Amino acid sequence: MKRARILLNGEITSVTVNDNLDAVLQDGTVIAQTEADWLPPCDGKIFVLGLNYADHAAELAFKAPEEPLVFLKAPNTLQGHNKTTYRPDGVDYMHYECELVAVIGKIAKNVSREDAMDYIGGYTVGNDYAIRDYLENYYRPNLRVKSRDTCTPVGPYIVDAADVADPHNLTLRTFINGELKQEGSTSDLVFDLPFLVEYLSAIMTLEPGDMIFTGTPEGLADVKPGDEIVTEVEGVGRLVNTIISERDYLKTL
Amino acid sequence: MRHSRILIDGVASNLAIDPNQKQEMSSQYWLPATTGTVFGIALNDKALYASMEQAFNEKPHVNPPKTPVLHIKTDNTHIGYGAAIPAPNDGTPIYAGPSIGIVIGKQATRVTEASAMDYISGFTIVNEVSLAEDSFYRPAVKAKCRDGFCPIGPWVVNKEAIASPESLDIHTFINNERVHSTSTDQLVHGLSKIVSYLSSFITLQAGDLIIAGTPLRTEKLALKAGDTVAIEIDSIGRLENPVVLESNIKTEQG
Repeated sequence: MKRARILLNGEITSVTVNDNLDAVLQDGTVIAQTEADWLPPCDGKIFVLGLNYADHAAELAFKAPEEPLVFLKAPNTLQGHNKTTYRPDGVDYMHYECELVAVIGKIAKNVSREDAMDYIGGYTVGNDYAIRDYLENYYRPNLRVKSRDTCTPVGPYIVDAADVADPHNLTLRTFINGELKQEGSTSDLVFDLPFLVEYLSAIMTLEPGDMIFTGTPEGLADVKPGDEIVTEVEGVGRLVNTIISERDYLKTL
Repeated sequence: MRHSRILIDGVASNLAIDPNQKQEMSSQYWLPATTGTVFGIALNDKALYASMEQAFNEKPHVNPPKTPVLHIKTDNTHIGYGAAIPAPNDGTPIYAGPSIGIVIGKQATRVTEASAMDYISGFTIVNEVSLAEDSFYRPAVKAKCRDGFCPIGPWVVNKEAIASPESLDIHTFINNERVHSTSTDQLVHGLSKIVSYLSSFITLQAGDLIIAGTPLRTEKLALKAGDTVAIEIDSIGRLENPVVLESNIKTEQG
């Protein structure tokens, strides 16, 4: 089963998603994929892993960490499928990050690695954009780089965990205007899902809807206004986003 | 007017309190006074900042911060007046973090410093509890996001009731002994600047809270199971919480 949320007549509406990837209302009404106003598929804490693929860590000239590098985002940054993300004027490097997102399905505290997968309710796709110009060495990666308005597309939907046979063997791909730019596999995660659920639930209580963005492999590239960015995770989904200029973004406020 | 949130028959309810009326604190189950996202500003106390000046120019920092340093206190950390702050079972030291809390009153995107006060509805008291702040290099999730590590309340006081929010005394008491005093005039970045800066890339919503700044976590602010910690801020009130060993906390705190 795939579950999503759309904005319908001004209201947040839960829907299922059919095999054509259209939204289906509770009464069976179908809203075409291209017509639906997709929202982020859930609300919750937003954890993101940095340097969680050995190849990406090497790309950034970092040694993979011995302990997970976890940072938080605030809900302001989430953006639905088929929406826009703005590139600030005058920056040199803004890049996408295609990520498998695990969504917590039930309350988790002090969960062991052995039991951890029982607490994952489903999966979705995340695009964890970053503005590298704004990096500072304080709580790095700092919120100005990562928790910006519009900067974290997620969705289009959550696919039930039961429908993903092996979340640790999924291909991730990013395309800019149809051209393949990034490719990797979740088999290369430095810290896998059981480890992350155990690690986070030892610190704090996790709740349904909490999201764990598991990090991105190598293959980053700059994105410019007008670019269509597609991030996809095999067996999970395909998330589309378009970059706009700051000037065009300001017009929408 | 003071605006609080309390639990009545299991339901979160708003309670407006006339400041001239005596409030019996033990008669209510107090919830966190705000419901939105909670941001904190690190390294925003003058003495703490000064103590770091040398480290700022060394690895891993290399340069002093160019912008205010932000962190997030996740929902699981938020508790109300009187609720227990869980102390780690393994005895890891924890520290109180007294601060004024800035409460957002309406949606704020890219607001100027001059107009920032228009977007603030009021102020509250926050105890931004933390493990030792031994590093400011990586995000402090482990140190700052444990359950119950962010008492907020007991209420939000309308900004109109506070004549000079930029010079309010803040006192911290542990077991009724005053252990620390500071003032909102010790902030590196002032209240309006903080709101303006955050809103430059984060749309703030009504009910969001910004923890303006906490002092250096000296041993005077260390907390242990069995302690009662209270933070008092002029014109706002007193936020008091017991510290209880995590394994001895039985009930959900909501």
